[in-house]
Amino acid sequence: MEKSFFNTIADALRNWLMNGLGFSDTAAQLTATAIWTLVVILFILMNLIVLVWLERKFSAFFQQRRGPNRLGPAGFLQFPVDIVKVLGKEDIIPANADKTVFKIASTCLFITTILAWAVIPLGDGVILADLNIGLFYFLAIGSTATVSLMMGGFSSNNKYSLIGGMRTVAQMISYEIPMIFSLLGVVMMVGSLRLSDVVAAQQNMWFIVPQAIAFLVYFVATVAETNRGPFDLAEGEQELVAGYFTEYSGIRYAIWMIAEYGNLVAVSTIASIMFLGGWNAPFGLTFIPGFVWLLLKIYFMIFLFMWVKWTYPRIRIDHLMHFGWKFLIPVSLANILVTGIGIYVYRLIIG
Amino acid sequence: MDVIKPNQVDEVVRNNVVLSTVDAAFNWCRSRSLWPLTFGLACCAIEMMATADTRYDLARFGSEVFRPSPRQCDLMIIAGTITKKMQPVVKRLYEQMAEPKYVLAMGSCAISGGPFVDSYNVVLGGDTFLPVDVYVPGCPPRPEALIYGILQLREKVANPKKIEGLRKHG
Repeated sequence: MEKSFFNTIADALRNWLMNGLGFSDTAAQLTATAIWTLVVILFILMNLIVLVWLERKFSAFFQQRRGPNRLGPAGFLQFPVDIVKVLGKEDIIPANADKTVFKIASTCLFITTILAWAVIPLGDGVILADLNIGLFYFLAIGSTATVSLMMGGFSSNNKYSLIGGMRTVAQMISYEIPMIFSLLGVVMMVGSLRLSDVVAAQQNMWFIVPQAIAFLVYFVATVAETNRGPFDLAEGEQELVAGYFTEYSGIRYAIWMIAEYGNLVAVSTIASIMFLGGWNAPFGLTFIPGFVWLLLKIYFMIFLFMWVKWTYPRIRIDHLMHFGWKFLIPVSLANILVTGIGIYVYRLIIG
Repeated sequence: MDVIKPNQVDEVVRNNVVLSTVDAAFNWCRSRSLWPLTFGLACCAIEMMATADTRYDLARFGSEVFRPSPRQCDLMIIAGTITKKMQPVVKRLYEQMAEPKYVLAMGSCAISGGPFVDSYNVVLGGDTFLPVDVYVPGCPPRPEALIYGILQLREKVANPKKIEGLRKHG
């Protein structure tokens, strides 16, 4: 349904560029890609408005408060006002900072977020580049985010920033391994790294059923990967002020936040695609478009992330490391082994 | 008679067009999202925490985000007694904050030294070394008083002209 809708728009755009404006084939392709990239960026930013509002409302709900309720309906306009205020703040660059690195660090993280979105489909055929190594690309780009966090922590010339940056690097590298291992089980069952193939394989059964343990491991690992509570040790207020973005003020600080929420949406989308059936409709409810189903699943995942964040207290860094290396990695490895044996036995029976 | 006075502007235009300056818009937004600095000096800080918590919920007014880093917040709530040992730290925190920044003196101690006014190691009020915008009296002030103080500061931030006029008349 939505394939025809989005593809019709794309085809109409390409036709108009080539016939109406006399673009060459390549130029039309490039322009269409640029417009689609813009759409993806807008999607991230619009999500952000809803996400920050939801985060505030959920935190208020879990703490029996009201949350922002003065500006707009149910405080919905609070975040736009905050953004305007942040735009008007002074841009402080510490005197002894590594100024170039300091300036580009937050933008670097935002770039990796947008790059990761290149392979994430938002519906059947609604994708910027349907690579045959889509999942691999996503994981590879996701792991480069570590570099920008380290850049921010290192260049601020502040001991809290540096410790926060080091912690983030340690945490993200440790939890990337179980995250990738947990996704491997799904990849083994599908036999492809292309995300549209993964969704197509879930027509009859979502992978959360045969890969329930992998889903749980993925969930825990991505909570740590996106630096959200209870694993937000990188910005633990009581010991590190604000972690790697302690010295950032004004719009540079806002870009850090935007990138973090963009990452949150990205990992939620990957979770919905890999485990929750992507844009496949459950119970044959196909009259609701797949795009809407995917959004519902993404927001369900985001709700889980927020639920965990506002329910559990922050844990200690050594507990975090022990949990990652001594529990999650063995469990995810065992999951791969069991999945492999399961596939082997299945093939023996089917023949 | 050719000059059109401001009160002669067409009724329709006056009712349908809102004219403002970028400054006014920025000030309005600033006044609606005052993020306080997470820092307390004495018992007033307990009341400040109560203000942010379930029963009084400062988040309703947009001051939800208590930022731990002075670079990212707008409002410094001096909550408690400023001792001579602590005074340089408070001053430094204020200097680390990004412009525009505002100071709210909460409680008798932060206003004038309070019950410790004749002590050898207490600074006589935050306004001896910081430009305090709003004073919230009390020992300690109740959370409602702090919310009222922040709402008064909101008025001050949103209408800088009005405050200038008030200052002129003492």
